[in-house]
Amino acid sequence: MAKSLFDKIWEAHVVQPAPGGLDIVYIDRHLIHEVTSPQAFDELEARDLPLFRPARILATADHNVPTRNQHLPIEEPLSRSQVDKLTANCAKYGVELYGLGHARQGIVHVIGPELGLTLPGTTIVCGDSHTSTHGAFGAVAFGIGTSQVAQVMATQCLLLSRPKRMRISIDGDLRPGVTAKDLILYVISQLGTGGATGYFVEYAGSAVRALSMEGRMTVCNMSIEMGARGGLIAPDETTFAYVQGRPYAPKEAAWDQAVAYWKTLFSDEDTVFDAEHRFDAAAITPMITYGTNPGMGIALNGHIPSKVPASEAESFDKSLQYMGFQRGESLLGKEINYVFIGSCTNSRIEDLRAVAAYVRGKQKAGHVEAIIVPGSKQVEQQAIAEGLDKILADAGFELREPGCSACLAMNEDKIPAGAYCVATSNRNFEGRQGPGSRTLLASPLVAAITAVQGRIVDITQYLN
Amino acid sequence: MEKFQTLHSSAVPLPLENIDTDQIIPARFLKATTREGFGENLFCDWRRNPDGSPKPEFVLNDPKYSGQILLAGKNFGCGSSREHAAWALDDAGFRVVISSYFADIFRGNALNTGLLPLQVTDAELNRLFALVERDAATQFVVNLPEQTLHVPATGDSFHFDIDAYKKECLINGYDDIDYLVSQKPAIEAYEQARTWNW
Repeated sequence: MAKSLFDKIWEAHVVQPAPGGLDIVYIDRHLIHEVTSPQAFDELEARDLPLFRPARILATADHNVPTRNQHLPIEEPLSRSQVDKLTANCAKYGVELYGLGHARQGIVHVIGPELGLTLPGTTIVCGDSHTSTHGAFGAVAFGIGTSQVAQVMATQCLLLSRPKRMRISIDGDLRPGVTAKDLILYVISQLGTGGATGYFVEYAGSAVRALSMEGRMTVCNMSIEMGARGGLIAPDETTFAYVQGRPYAPKEAAWDQAVAYWKTLFSDEDTVFDAEHRFDAAAITPMITYGTNPGMGIALNGHIPSKVPASEAESFDKSLQYMGFQRGESLLGKEINYVFIGSCTNSRIEDLRAVAAYVRGKQKAGHVEAIIVPGSKQVEQQAIAEGLDKILADAGFELREPGCSACLAMNEDKIPAGAYCVATSNRNFEGRQGPGSRTLLASPLVAAITAVQGRIVDITQYLN
Repeated sequence: MEKFQTLHSSAVPLPLENIDTDQIIPARFLKATTREGFGENLFCDWRRNPDGSPKPEFVLNDPKYSGQILLAGKNFGCGSSREHAAWALDDAGFRVVISSYFADIFRGNALNTGLLPLQVTDAELNRLFALVERDAATQFVVNLPEQTLHVPATGDSFHFDIDAYKKECLINGYDDIDYLVSQKPAIEAYEQARTWNW
């Protein structure tokens, strides 16, 4: 029987069926960070359970960490206590920690792939909804709650019902100035913020195949923003080339054996999906969001919808009121106060290169504060090695140290109430970047051009 | 985990769609390292002004409404995987959230917290909102063993679905970890039998 990519990986990880139609699913990689792990470690202790497979856990400090002066002790006491607790727990239980000061510290969804821990055909979980990022490698990767973090710590397994399968195919060529971020913002705007709830999504089609690994990670990262349990892309030569030679990637004979297996990981031709959507890549234009969920996106030169179904009107108008926008309005010409380039969605070297390539020799607008937060120490070092730091500094952008930063504003990096921020992150929820902040999600290229122009523009007229 | 059988309560209506977990418990409150105390900041930015004073128009500040049931618009709990959202609702005294659908991760987190995510149809949800709008004191009876939601005053009765295993867990106060730990021999056998182990 024809099988989907998702089913092939899932079935290879079923330890055994469990009562109620559930499966005991084995987890190959467990990523943990300081915010959603402390209560799970406490649960192990309270139940007097050992940590079952410490070697399968990767820990980092990212959500809460400052993005300036990381060599100094963390000033904010609660953040410091959470990071200290992670450090103590990792030492106690023998978990490898890529914490502050480590040459490979960074956002958990950036460093997993960099280390070669994210591999095709694996199952990967983390107490973070953007774990779907790792699906870019043809892995079944998804976010979990803290109770489940404790379950994986105790047994390396989860008790799960198999989600439905959805395939989203995007064929054709993306137009100039249109990036992976625009592609996924477009898909989410079409399906809505809950449009894939209950499904695991496979992204397919020639436009997806043509994406770099960084682009694929951006796409899979935002699967959760339409409610999907996760998203994945069949591994191919692009995937293998990215993985080969990384610290934890298989080597020599094991590499050949791995690649031979990974080449079997695709959806069979006759696979029947529970839902299918097809889009034309050429129909996608640079995107931006105008509301308070990621499904509220439009073409940069488009208009905010003037009509919505009656049942959605109250939520829709509340959202526009929060953002200070009107139904039917264009965003072109709106003044912007902040530009944030970072997060597990868009903080990789390719993103920094795209920004630097545009701003080289230009200046950000005087009233805009522009910060770039690299996804990891490795990205930061690479940017410095390529001289991007100087280009960015000359253009008035501040290059910070790695972390989740203003994506969720747990640390000091907050957007003030009422201010507008064009952000390359993944969520525009009310208060996401700080109480009262107003977020417009976009690609790194759109963010860079916005920073220079100081307002929302139709970027197709400003491309270098 | 607290056991759940039946609940008699009025409901607090929040008829907005796509209520995300950043609203339920904003990220800046996730710095605690224990599970307790999150109820204090449940819906903080909707409930309170920046100076800490209550926003009188928000339903949790309206003395007319009370109860252990939250009635919310569809796609409740979307966004972040933070289980703190379920802990905050639980800590604030809610035992049931009714919506016409739940985001997947929130649903799982709620069940693991002992908070019942009770899913009804869109039409049923509209009916429930109308009942509460007409009479804020309307009593509901949630019967988990029977999988019914009943309104004694009007005779309305709705059936709801729940995974059979999760239902047993809620009724008995069990959680997945007990079951998984009991399956360790099978898990070790799976590890041994696997031909690849990257």
